[in-house]
Amino acid sequence: MTINTMAKGGWHRDQMSCFRKMEKVIVAMQDPDMGMKMRNQRLLITVIPHAMTGRDIIDWLMKKYNICEEEALHLSGKLVRYGYIYPLKEPRSLVLRPDESPYRFQTPYFWTSTRWPASELDYAIYLAKKNIRKQGELMEYEKERYSVLHKRINHTWDFVVMQAREQLRASKQRRKADRIVLECQEQAYWLINRPPPGARNVLDMGLERPNNTARVTVNSEYYKNEIETCKRALGRNRVKSSICLEGFVKYSEQYQNHDPIMQGCLPSNPWISDDSAHWTMNLETVPTPTRLRVERWSFSFMELLNDEMGRREFMTYLEKEFSGENLCFWQACEDIKHGESSRIVEKVEEIYRNFLAPGAPRWVNIDSKTMDKTLSGIRHPHRFVMEDAQMHIYFLMKKDSFPRYLKSDLYKNMLARAIVPQETKKSVFPFMRRQRHSSPSPAQVATQATEEGGNAKGAGQAGTNSAAGSNV
Amino acid sequence: MGEMEELRKEMENLKDQITAARKTFQDTTLQEAASGVTVVGRVQLKTRKTLRGHLAKIYAMHWGTDSTLCVSASQDGKLIVWDSITTNKVNAIPLKSSWVMTCAYAPSGNLVACGGLDNMCSIYNLKGKDGNVKVMRELAAHTGYLSCCRFLSDTEIITSSGDCTCVLWDIETGTEKMVFAGHQGDCMSLGVSPDFKFFISGACDFTAKLWDIREAQCRQTFSGHESDINAIGFFPNGNAVITGSDDATCKLYDLRADQELITYQDSSIMCGVTSLAASKSGRLLLAGHDDFNVNIWDMLKSERVGVLAGHDNRVSCIGVSSDGMACCTGSWDSFLKIWN
Repeated sequence: MTINTMAKGGWHRDQMSCFRKMEKVIVAMQDPDMGMKMRNQRLLITVIPHAMTGRDIIDWLMKKYNICEEEALHLSGKLVRYGYIYPLKEPRSLVLRPDESPYRFQTPYFWTSTRWPASELDYAIYLAKKNIRKQGELMEYEKERYSVLHKRINHTWDFVVMQAREQLRASKQRRKADRIVLECQEQAYWLINRPPPGARNVLDMGLERPNNTARVTVNSEYYKNEIETCKRALGRNRVKSSICLEGFVKYSEQYQNHDPIMQGCLPSNPWISDDSAHWTMNLETVPTPTRLRVERWSFSFMELLNDEMGRREFMTYLEKEFSGENLCFWQACEDIKHGESSRIVEKVEEIYRNFLAPGAPRWVNIDSKTMDKTLSGIRHPHRFVMEDAQMHIYFLMKKDSFPRYLKSDLYKNMLARAIVPQETKKSVFPFMRRQRHSSPSPAQVATQATEEGGNAKGAGQAGTNSAAGSNV
Repeated sequence: MGEMEELRKEMENLKDQITAARKTFQDTTLQEAASGVTVVGRVQLKTRKTLRGHLAKIYAMHWGTDSTLCVSASQDGKLIVWDSITTNKVNAIPLKSSWVMTCAYAPSGNLVACGGLDNMCSIYNLKGKDGNVKVMRELAAHTGYLSCCRFLSDTEIITSSGDCTCVLWDIETGTEKMVFAGHQGDCMSLGVSPDFKFFISGACDFTAKLWDIREAQCRQTFSGHESDINAIGFFPNGNAVITGSDDATCKLYDLRADQELITYQDSSIMCGVTSLAASKSGRLLLAGHDDFNVNIWDMLKSERVGVLAGHDNRVSCIGVSSDGMACCTGSWDSFLKIWN
């Protein structure tokens, strides 16, 4: 069974990998040993060989892929929607019913991927055959399409009719059973590739992206650039994967209590309870912040700076230590980086006057090399002219002032004062139970798993949260 | 031709060396690294709100930085700003071109942007003086469709395009500030790092690239996908890139290890990933697929822990609100759903 993987038209390539995967499943289902048990199905008075029930399909998928029923339904639904399996009872309803409804495999000749894309000519021949065979019994939408095609490919219409007649003649020579099967298969194919109006079109890939003519030309210039990039890439520093993965693990654990999707939130999740207390408590301008928020400030310097209130608190602390100008300087540099281009020159001058000039009122302590570089850069101000100086001050604050702030009374008092919201009581009406968490707390689930004989890995770890120590 | 062949061989050789160098830094498996991590268990999110109002396929959505406002773009030619908690439409902006493929909300909340087959990025001012929402700028220079755009601030925006480049624009003057060229296929999506110094782009050449915004240089390239990369995002701490592709897998590439560390795949998932978002702690990865579902992955254990099945057509966009409270999915069935 060869699967046509040559892309016919660039933009259809993305469907191909999906088809290939489904075809693998289909092939496995038809495996003589491990595949599905086919039987003869009764459909009214006819007996259809090599058919299977929807129930059989679900059971086989559940067993083979070790998935739950819901998932198997979803997967088998896909196989039907893409035409690899077709229903015998109601051919136009492309759904998989998990009961005794009979289904059959589509022959690879009629797989969507094999004859991709379905051609207008073939569709015309199909409609012509139907028209000839059952005079005037085309469905309304088929009649419309038939006449549209007739106009569009009028020049080859003789060929269409001739082909239709030829194919009908050939099919008459087949056994009746085979003829019916072929008709079913062909009908199934066209239901997918030319769906009736209103039916979902699985082959719809969205907006037709225009063909790209401005592609990269592969010439010696291109290779030379690539070689340069590769040489640079070769020499870069790398970190061991164990350290990197550990970093992710630590980060997730640290933020677990701050992740409302995983842990729910106090006093209640506004989406569930319709009570926006949580947001009110976490506004920029509240007099007392919540405990979680203050804890987050200790996770990293950027967390502190990104929170307006945190930044204000830090500024208060710095001013006590007479180093407030560092944060002011940093903020002013940020303002240049992200602000309007038209004001860059004036802002740079202001920074120079306030922070860098000899005898400036809020002079910042930068090493002489960076200072020289910055001063010469100021003559031609641009958005990033303060970058080096800003970085210097940033690291100064991060390595020195920030850790001391976290140990200071100012921070500790804030943490102690911070609110831990009470969980809102359940609704007064007992029959209107509102769920607090949408999903059970991981700790609970883990405990259940343990009780059911799973591993005993720390179910109690879920709630711990290291607030101490900065971590960037 | 001899010279070209020599150059090509040299390039291939260097690429092999890079692969070998990367391998030497793989000193553990994911199982070992995450062995001490508590199991998450089944995650079941419920639809809390359904945002109805679009009349055609929704192609993109983006949360604002406050907790409840989001913007969505649809093929019906409308850009709608929603107050998702009340499900009210705050703004319904009619677009000049209905072939829109992306939208973005500025961090300040003042601007929204969109673009698509018109090859332009249109910026709208939501806080105009007379209360009307008007086009503020039309950024036109791309020679291909606009696939994604993200604001850095009210004055700068980055766009990715079907012309294989990404561009940093100065919104005030409406001009290109920097062009990031290097991809060999349509750029399909981009993501900005939490510190706004870098951005990543995923393209139809199956690679993802990390760009230094300031120096307009590609710092790192990640490959491994077998098909177009449709969605890309940063891990919340900014140290890793997560990509979603038409090959039905998602991958995590670490920036410091300079390589792929984790692949999220399952033999029963066959349809391509259209969009992805990470929960606030980075523990959960939500990936929207062509087959109408969203799969939820435990990022540290690389196991599927849940499914969101509520749409009747492809899930085209997904986003987690900035406070991590809720996840919003947009679909070709014209509805947006809020889950948590």
